[in-house]
Amino acid sequence: MEFVFTEEQQMIGETARAFFAENATSERTRKAMAAGGPDAGIDRALWTAFCQELGLSGIGIPESAGGAGLGLVELAIIAEAAGAQVAALPMLGSLALSAQAIAAGGSAEQQAAHLPALLSGEVIAGYVHDAAITADGTSLTGAAGFVAHGGSAQLFVVTSNTGAWLVAADAPGVTVTPLTTMDQTRPYARVTLDGAKGEPLADPAAAIAAAHRAGFVAVAAEALGGAQAALDRTVAYAKERVQFGRPIGSFQAYKHRLADLMIEIEQARSAVYWAACAVDEGSDEAELAVHAAKSFAADTFFLCAGNMIQLHGGIGFTWEHDAHLYFKRARAIQSMLGSGEWHRERIATMILGEVA
Amino acid sequence: MKLGFSAADEEFRAECADWLNAEMAGEFKDIKGITKLTASPERRKEWEQRLGEAKWGCIGWPEQWGGRNATLAQQVIFAEEYARAGVPGRVNHIGIELAGPTILAFGSEEQKRRFLPDIAAGKTIFCQGFSEPGAGSDLASVRTKGRLENGEWVVNGQKIWTSLAHISDWIFVVTRTEEGSKGPKGLTFLMMEIDQPGIEIRGIKQINGDAEFNETFFTDARCPEDSMIGAVGYGWKIAMGLLAFERGVSTLGQQMAFRNELDELIAAARANGAANNPLIRQRIAKAEIGLRLMRYGALRMLSNTDHSKIDGAALTYKIQWASWRRSLGELAMDVLGQAGEVAEGSEYEWDTLPNLFLYSRADTIYGGTNQIQRNLIAERGLGMPREPRGDV
Repeated sequence: MEFVFTEEQQMIGETARAFFAENATSERTRKAMAAGGPDAGIDRALWTAFCQELGLSGIGIPESAGGAGLGLVELAIIAEAAGAQVAALPMLGSLALSAQAIAAGGSAEQQAAHLPALLSGEVIAGYVHDAAITADGTSLTGAAGFVAHGGSAQLFVVTSNTGAWLVAADAPGVTVTPLTTMDQTRPYARVTLDGAKGEPLADPAAAIAAAHRAGFVAVAAEALGGAQAALDRTVAYAKERVQFGRPIGSFQAYKHRLADLMIEIEQARSAVYWAACAVDEGSDEAELAVHAAKSFAADTFFLCAGNMIQLHGGIGFTWEHDAHLYFKRARAIQSMLGSGEWHRERIATMILGEVA
Repeated sequence: MKLGFSAADEEFRAECADWLNAEMAGEFKDIKGITKLTASPERRKEWEQRLGEAKWGCIGWPEQWGGRNATLAQQVIFAEEYARAGVPGRVNHIGIELAGPTILAFGSEEQKRRFLPDIAAGKTIFCQGFSEPGAGSDLASVRTKGRLENGEWVVNGQKIWTSLAHISDWIFVVTRTEEGSKGPKGLTFLMMEIDQPGIEIRGIKQINGDAEFNETFFTDARCPEDSMIGAVGYGWKIAMGLLAFERGVSTLGQQMAFRNELDELIAAARANGAANNPLIRQRIAKAEIGLRLMRYGALRMLSNTDHSKIDGAALTYKIQWASWRRSLGELAMDVLGQAGEVAEGSEYEWDTLPNLFLYSRADTIYGGTNQIQRNLIAERGLGMPREPRGDV
């Protein structure tokens, strides 16, 4: 038992934080937000640099599958760093969900065919999940309304609750409709499958389980990074903004709200790394932990981002200030991959049983 | 980063569990499951001595003073198994968690020899004389006076909220020994024997009908000159050092007691059907999450060896558990409904859950109120300007 980062983990964290702080600037993120077409919500140059120069895209993918090894703890460290800058990248759909699904449930051939291109950033994958998707042989029918960065994807990993398939974005029967999305750093697309050809993944159960575990942990970590950044930026403002002849951070009403945010963030930090560790170690707490992390960190991020606007006053409500980037990302994380209520009901079922 | 325990640690866990379960099934079965801190004090003092004999009293201490030099992981395990076995809380928790570590850190060799073996053996029960009627959150404004007279300290004044003073042997007292001094200056830290004519203890009846806290009056109370820890005028430094010990491994044992409370709440909800109410289910799930995060926050705090930076997990820990427990008390009453407002017999005495509802209102007050915690977090953790001080 040693619940602190190893030296290697600290180094990964420092590298990732420095990379995103330097490159995922507000200016570049806003350019990606304004872009249309396949580049909507993606800083392409940043994605290429992250995948190819930084060499961190393969983390959390086994070396046998062409990844860099390590586990969800390291993946969470990277997602936390990216979340702190609200980086406009397809990391969630392409790596945390799709690549994890292929690595866990794909055959050796499927891994070899797809993972190198996903990890190098040359191909972007979107994760399409809906319980109602049906398969007639290899012909898929169904739809998913909110596929993150779906408008940029060349490949989809499609899952129902029991099946998992690979679908080419340009295959006949696939319709992708990009949607105007509140969080422009991670726009959604509607993906409709009308008899589209799907290549079944070798082990669908493993693919679905891995994608969901990694997805829950990755968005939770991203939320943790965003929450901490929202607090840090508000703290900086509280020190410099003067009203009534005092820095506003000297008012107890103000500083107690900041303290409340820190209390939640510290718990979110425990939640994220507990969950990541529990999955990596195969602990019997892992399932409870990932539900706890996703719901708790998402709510923490929203609380912090909402307070970021409130505690900045009028400037926090402007388009020019970055507060709305955090606020919208936080809201998106609350709803995606299962609401807080859904995750907590999963936990309630574990400890109370089903509703009689 | 690693959460699992080693095979050797798991063996140690089994050893702890075996010993504790055997004691709770044998000679001490009458105290198993007691949750109130004031219940059966004499038997629980005997239990302290039993722990001491078997060297389970203060396992983290050096062997020289009656401990086992236990590793952090072993201390975590013992604390968890202790509560899991239904063993009641330590009546000498002030001695083993606060007085002992303070003497170990700041006491003379002579003082270590005099106090530590007896604390570890469960023979000396300590209580804490910090707060006064006029010095609560503002601890530095204590007025209890100490003066040196013929090689003895003579103490006059009043302390309040001295938990378990009525069953304790010794009290440590922060006194103002420099005439006319103000605030943290001019204070001295003294250890005093309670059984003497100059010390009078009166219980304070609390909102749950129980009396764990006391008023302690000092009227020409005395102790030898060398009962002082540190030096004259260093009382504040010692007191602050002591408060830092409050966030030790014992917090994990406390969490296991919380686990038992949450389990009792879950059992009540299943029994009366509240577990089918979706709103109650959400709140129970939140309570479960909060308790788990408390554990992992504590493990982060205990695993951290880099003390050059502010440890956010440690700084936010008190308000986190206190607020969690207060919410649990409220949830318990929502689960129980009016049945929770009615006691079993004719005495004004409460079962675990209603008692939790009442007692937990103290959790967010003692040991630094939630308001003070928020000041500390904002000032120390986030670098916000300090509260302006009035004229002391």
